[in-house]
Amino acid sequence: MASSSTSLYRRRQLGSLIALTLCGIATALGLVFLIWIIWTTLLHGLAALSPALITEMTPPPGEDGGGLANAFMGSLLMVFLAVVIGTPIGVLAGTFLSEFSRGKKLGETIRFVNDILLSAPSIIIGLFVYELIVRPTGRFSGFAGGIALAFIFVPVVVRTTDEMLRLVPDVMREAALSLGIPRWKVTVNVLYRSASTGILTGILLAIARISGETAPLLFTALNNQYWSLDMTQPMANIPVVIFQFAMSPYEQWQNLAWAGAFVMTAFVLILSVVSRSFLNRKGGK
Amino acid sequence: MSEALATMPAATSTPPRRTGILGDRIFFWIVTACGLIVLAALLAAAASMLWGGLSAFRTFGFGFITGTEWDPVAGHFAGLVPIYGTLVTSALAMIIGVPVSLGIAVFITEVAPRAIRGPVGGAIELLAGIPSIIYGMWGLFTFAPFMSDYVQPILIDWLGPIPLIGALFSGAPLGIGMLTSGIVLAVMIIPFISSVMRDVFLVVPPQLKESAYALGSTKWEVVRDIVIPHTRTAVVGGIFLGLGRALGETMAVTFVLGNTHNIAISLMEPGTSIAATLANEFAEASDDLYRSSLTALGLILFVVTFIVLAAAKVMLVRMARQRGE
Repeated sequence: MASSSTSLYRRRQLGSLIALTLCGIATALGLVFLIWIIWTTLLHGLAALSPALITEMTPPPGEDGGGLANAFMGSLLMVFLAVVIGTPIGVLAGTFLSEFSRGKKLGETIRFVNDILLSAPSIIIGLFVYELIVRPTGRFSGFAGGIALAFIFVPVVVRTTDEMLRLVPDVMREAALSLGIPRWKVTVNVLYRSASTGILTGILLAIARISGETAPLLFTALNNQYWSLDMTQPMANIPVVIFQFAMSPYEQWQNLAWAGAFVMTAFVLILSVVSRSFLNRKGGK
Repeated sequence: MSEALATMPAATSTPPRRTGILGDRIFFWIVTACGLIVLAALLAAAASMLWGGLSAFRTFGFGFITGTEWDPVAGHFAGLVPIYGTLVTSALAMIIGVPVSLGIAVFITEVAPRAIRGPVGGAIELLAGIPSIIYGMWGLFTFAPFMSDYVQPILIDWLGPIPLIGALFSGAPLGIGMLTSGIVLAVMIIPFISSVMRDVFLVVPPQLKESAYALGSTKWEVVRDIVIPHTRTAVVGGIFLGLGRALGETMAVTFVLGNTHNIAISLMEPGTSIAATLANEFAEASDDLYRSSLTALGLILFVVTFIVLAAAKVMLVRMARQRGE
């Protein structure tokens, strides 16, 4: 009797050991993929890195040399446009959710919709902006690209602003309101000020998110082989150039794609790690 | 406390100073308008795609979903091939990704020494930060050759001869195809699923776990019989969140799926998905019906992901309520 119960116990221990080992292996697998992907990007990217990357334009197929200067500039402009459009809308919508819609159905609905937009397929945004802007204006343009990015940018900012404002203790609102300060001043001067790190972090996270987005730009900004600052024309940008060059059979194009991929990944990862560590410090307090 | 704050009208909370009231009123409307923009964005996206895809639905009717023909030259479009590709790659991603995510969440919350929990969790979350086009390039240039050199020949040799299942693993080891896409997608959704699971595993009341340990449960039994059942709703919510991501993922799949309008039983064969078809063909689509058909595919994708993500959200909210937030 005693021996059978020990053997049962041992079997359960063994089962537990096996299951937990599998969990460890799963984690190792995840880390292996992370290192593998970053290593690949680093390896190919560093080899292709050169100063010409930011001084020269994208080359025609099959030709040596060339860089990604026009694509970097285009990406920069479109991300900038997205930030300029998206930041006020995102922060104010977040304010609405946190400050002006407590316990209201409308607020709940918007929060729900926003969370869905947060994970909705980005190519859908591309289709939407195509119908919204490209089709009526009759051409692909940098504006369309920037607006498509703004649609992805806004939900991230709404979410973080909402969360960060809700972390501000109600005591602060009550104290400020009891002094007879109008509510909008309380929001701007007290709430924004105390949640500023968090809101800024949300904006940085959102920039990291849109800097790597390709799908929404494919049929909004399209691409442009030449240097162009004209936002009403098709515009080169890093993700679409990477896509086009990587899928091409030309070696020089593929090398440039890796260089662009390396720079973009480094930028996105550093930005998101830095802002996340800010956020964690804030949340941990 | 917060309720009182919300229902308190601005007019009674401030002394009757006209500037304050006016400022409050303006600010309230600005803020509300911005909130409504978010709501409008979703509705407008749905409406614009419905509008864009209308002529395709009108021309092909229900056959658009059941037909397999995709012929831009003849102007015949039916979406079953990309729909099939989307479903199969997502299903593969879930089959691979869910157990791995569960393993990672259990490892981080129950197994790992406290000191490495944070770094390991952070590293896994880093996977979510990598742009999807990088997954695509890595998939095409590094992972697909690896699959065709090492993994696929073994699968074809070992599993190919088995009846029934064998059909899934027959054909040439091309590297690119359904299976490779499924694996790449799995890696992409692992951080999303595992971070949801980890967060909810962490809030299981310690008393429950301690009681089970006191009854002599092993660590795995506690996870299986206490932690997972207790967090069931949120776990399923997290899985749905991952599914929503997998269905709509574009760039990675475009690189490694092969982009051929082809339905095959074998997972080694190339195919296409809705998102990949859009990414490849939309900018070049010349005539209206072609473009409309692509938009209609986008609408189908939108509706499906909306349902999946909404279900995920409902489950996660229910879990949060249970916790008493």
